[in-house]
Amino acid sequence: MILQKIRTENMYLYYGNKMALNNVSISIPEKQVTALIGPSGCGKSTFLRSLNRMNDLIDSVKIEGNIFVDDINIYDKNIDVVNLRKKVGMVFQKSNPFAKSIFDNVAYGPRINGNNNKSELKEIVEKSLRDAAIWDEVKDRLHDSAMGLSGGQQQRLCIARTLAVDPEIILMDEPASALDPISTSKIEELIFQLKENFTIVIVTHNMQQAARISDNTAFFYLGELIEYNKTKKIYTNPDKKQTEDYISGRFG
Amino acid sequence: MNELKQKIDITKKKFRWSDYIAERIIKSVAFLSITFIVLIFFFVFRESFPIFNFSKDAEHKTEQDSSKQAQSNPNEIQEQYGVPAPEPEKQEQYGVVTSDTLTEATIQTSTQETAQQASAQPAKQEQYGVQTADDTSMIENYATSESKATEVSTTDNNKHALKTLVTKDWQPVSDNPRFGLLPLLLGTLKITIISMLFAAPLAILAALYTSVFAPKRLKEIIKPAIELLAGIPSVVIGFFALMIMASFLQDLFGYATRLNSFVGGIAMGLAAIPIIYTITEDALNAVPKTYYEASLALGASKWQTAFFVMLPAATPGIFAAVLLGIGRVFGETMIALMATGNAAMMGLNPFESVRTLAATIGAEMAEVVFGDTHYNVLFLIGSLLFIFTFILNAIAEFWVKGRLMKKIQGK
Amino acid sequence: MILKRFKRDAKGFFFEGLTLVSALIIITILIVMLVVIIIGGKSMFTWEFLTSFPTEGMTQGGIFPALFGTALMVIIMSIAAVPFGVITAIYLTEYAKENSVIARSIRFAVRTLAVIPSIIFGLFGLGFFIKFVGTGMDSAFMGGQLKWGQPNILWASLTMALLTLPVVIVSVEEALKTIPRELREASLALGATKWQTIRRVVLPGSYSGIMTGTILAVSRGAGEVAPILFTGAAYYLATLPGSLSDQFMSLGYHIYIMTTQSANVDQTLPIQFGTTLVLLLLTFSLNIVAIILRYRIRRRRIA
Ligand SMILES: Nc1ncnc2c1ncn2[C@@H]1O[C@H](COP(=O)(O)OP(=O)(O)O)[C@@H](O)[C@H]1O
Ligand SMILES: [Mg+2]
Repeated sequence: MILQKIRTENMYLYYGNKMALNNVSISIPEKQVTALIGPSGCGKSTFLRSLNRMNDLIDSVKIEGNIFVDDINIYDKNIDVVNLRKKVGMVFQKSNPFAKSIFDNVAYGPRINGNNNKSELKEIVEKSLRDAAIWDEVKDRLHDSAMGLSGGQQQRLCIARTLAVDPEIILMDEPASALDPISTSKIEELIFQLKENFTIVIVTHNMQQAARISDNTAFFYLGELIEYNKTKKIYTNPDKKQTEDYISGRFG
Repeated sequence: MNELKQKIDITKKKFRWSDYIAERIIKSVAFLSITFIVLIFFFVFRESFPIFNFSKDAEHKTEQDSSKQAQSNPNEIQEQYGVPAPEPEKQEQYGVVTSDTLTEATIQTSTQETAQQASAQPAKQEQYGVQTADDTSMIENYATSESKATEVSTTDNNKHALKTLVTKDWQPVSDNPRFGLLPLLLGTLKITIISMLFAAPLAILAALYTSVFAPKRLKEIIKPAIELLAGIPSVVIGFFALMIMASFLQDLFGYATRLNSFVGGIAMGLAAIPIIYTITEDALNAVPKTYYEASLALGASKWQTAFFVMLPAATPGIFAAVLLGIGRVFGETMIALMATGNAAMMGLNPFESVRTLAATIGAEMAEVVFGDTHYNVLFLIGSLLFIFTFILNAIAEFWVKGRLMKKIQGK
Repeated sequence: MILKRFKRDAKGFFFEGLTLVSALIIITILIVMLVVIIIGGKSMFTWEFLTSFPTEGMTQGGIFPALFGTALMVIIMSIAAVPFGVITAIYLTEYAKENSVIARSIRFAVRTLAVIPSIIFGLFGLGFFIKFVGTGMDSAFMGGQLKWGQPNILWASLTMALLTLPVVIVSVEEALKTIPRELREASLALGATKWQTIRRVVLPGSYSGIMTGTILAVSRGAGEVAPILFTGAAYYLATLPGSLSDQFMSLGYHIYIMTTQSANVDQTLPIQFGTTLVLLLLTFSLNIVAIILRYRIRRRRIA
């Protein structure tokens, strides 16, 4: 049986008075890739960011309904948000390495967890960089600034940085949208490998990409979850007219 | 891999000491800036308070003050400090007190009337060798006005002082001390008006130039240059006014008194220009581009747009700029001390010497006897200055900002 | 061509010219001031002038103690003002909710601090540091002996720190705001706490802002005279201040004294110009560095 890693129930989210998510209920299975698609502004990022409580940073956000990770309601008032984010990592649309060396970027997570053991750090950094398929490109310049890497490399470095914290879930918000085709395909390949060990939720505006890499696809429209199913099903035989219209490129 | 790793517990809020402490400290420190404002007002006002306390007589006050010294040896303190209502004999002792840290020093001193320099007597200098600043200035009094010691003792009538506050005479050191604030107020006002007449148009027009007309390259020179002007210490501006401007303007206009409210006003205008300029420029830049473009589209020329669209739209900001400029001039001390002549006169003639409120504090605080009426009155002036600039700033902050918001968003 | 334009748009020419002339007048005054002081002081601007003590009743010699006193004062001032300012700026950008009452009150307080006349700080230094804290310390630790209850370099520096606090806060706040939100989010998403994020990401990214703030504060503090008139500055001292409870000489105060309180102003004219030039160069170079740094930070925000 496939474990349901993330589950939301009747979730509403407001920015001030403006509703951004409208009654979203979804179950996301463990160790699969789930893609969120939909036209821009439909609430994909908003939904993704509420899974590791990144929306807490925005004062105006109000959330109703429940979100469970491993059957724990993550909006419960006893939840330790810091630890939650260690468990639910995130890769952003725009690659955002720190202005530090490549090594220090990847070692950031372990270090804030109190790991200052040099050889252990080295091990973690190497493993994370390997897992993120960037080791060969940077192994000779680990102590150069991360800002000198290309966009695609920076993004994979950010993925390595997330892996180094050893999360269970990785949220990705259009991780390849700003990249060239070659980098994009590298990232896609990487995602495919990562799902062996991680539950991945990825936002993409690129429908071919979603079709290529995901097991499940959720289609959002105006803050509502219109349709959610196996990717194959969504792309070949969607239940809803809106989904079909979107996938066939009639809007969005 | 997932099976191997120990699961992170997210169900219990972990208490993190460093975060907790950091947040506490940061919050309390940030809160201190509010506390500072309150403290400043409180302590400045506190020192002026005895003025209003005229039910108590001089002796009572002496007791109060010495108790404030927390049962320390009152004689010692009187010697060095003069806090308790001083008697003339006590003052004589100033000369012989030596400080433990300074071994040998001579004091170059002269009169306290800053404009008219008089030479001090070398013999006295030797005698008063090693003193702290207020002590030295007390000595200074000695060096110049021999009769002062007897005068000081008569100044202890607060009731009398309070009555004289609204008179035309500022004669804090005399047989019959009078603390009339009117000439100081008038002097400050004169200076403020003159400096604003000079600085406000210049700064506002210059801001209009850089934000509307100036080519980019010129703008990038003028803006930092005016920022640099803001960085020039007022004592340097005062020096320039005293040494160069005063003579130059006197030659130009041919008036009699070299240092007067006109020279002082212009010099203070120089200090106010950067403030007015910067805030006006911000206000002009905050005017939505659409105003500018719409006006041009309607066929108005660039200068018409600048003067009849941009300028009116930025009025609240410009008003705030001028208010803060006024605040700057009102409280400016060093330029006033150096370039205005420092004579407390009542006339309206801009080419007469004046004495401003701030300069009065600066010039006389160092030579008063701590705790006596004169001292209290100086702090009272300080309280007035504080309240005045506080109100100016509050108006600029709240009222003007509200207007600006309405004006830009409401239209 | 200019003539043609003039005929067609005489009014426009006049009004635009008016604004240009205003800007030029300001710049001209600035330049005249600089040139006059440089010409007047350059003959005095020697190594010896900077490194020797005044002699002959301050009519000869150099300004070393004033230079030293100013430097010491701004160092102590920075030690007090910079941490305070940085922490307050951190609070305003990282902790406070943008429009909360507390944040707005603190902002208002900071701006008020920035506009309070400097002489009021002097009065506060006298009333609070010297008469309240100092005298209190004397009776508590010195057995009533007068040590702290009188003007000294510590009280003057702390008074000046209060005056320059808003300068630091504003610069640091501006720099903190240029740190992209994405970096904070990246750190938090890695499971860093807020304080870890501030310490490891936000602060390292704003060193140049902290530098700018410190430099501006130092430049301001070095030039202000009114706050130290009666909190610690001395006319003349034969020795350098050796402890926090000593008085000190300062450049600005020296200028003031020499121009208005000296027995023979004309005789010391070169010293006056020389001292003014030194102070001007000091504040000016600090300001130029700060302005360059600030423009760089601003550019980073746009980029
Ligand atoms: N910080 C915010 N404050 C207010 N509204 C926001 C904020 N972020 C996003 N929104 C709004 O919420 C809606 C969903 O945004 P988002 O989740 O970013 O969409 P997507 O990622 O699907 O393009 C949009 O209408 C957007 O304008
Ligand atoms: Mg998005």
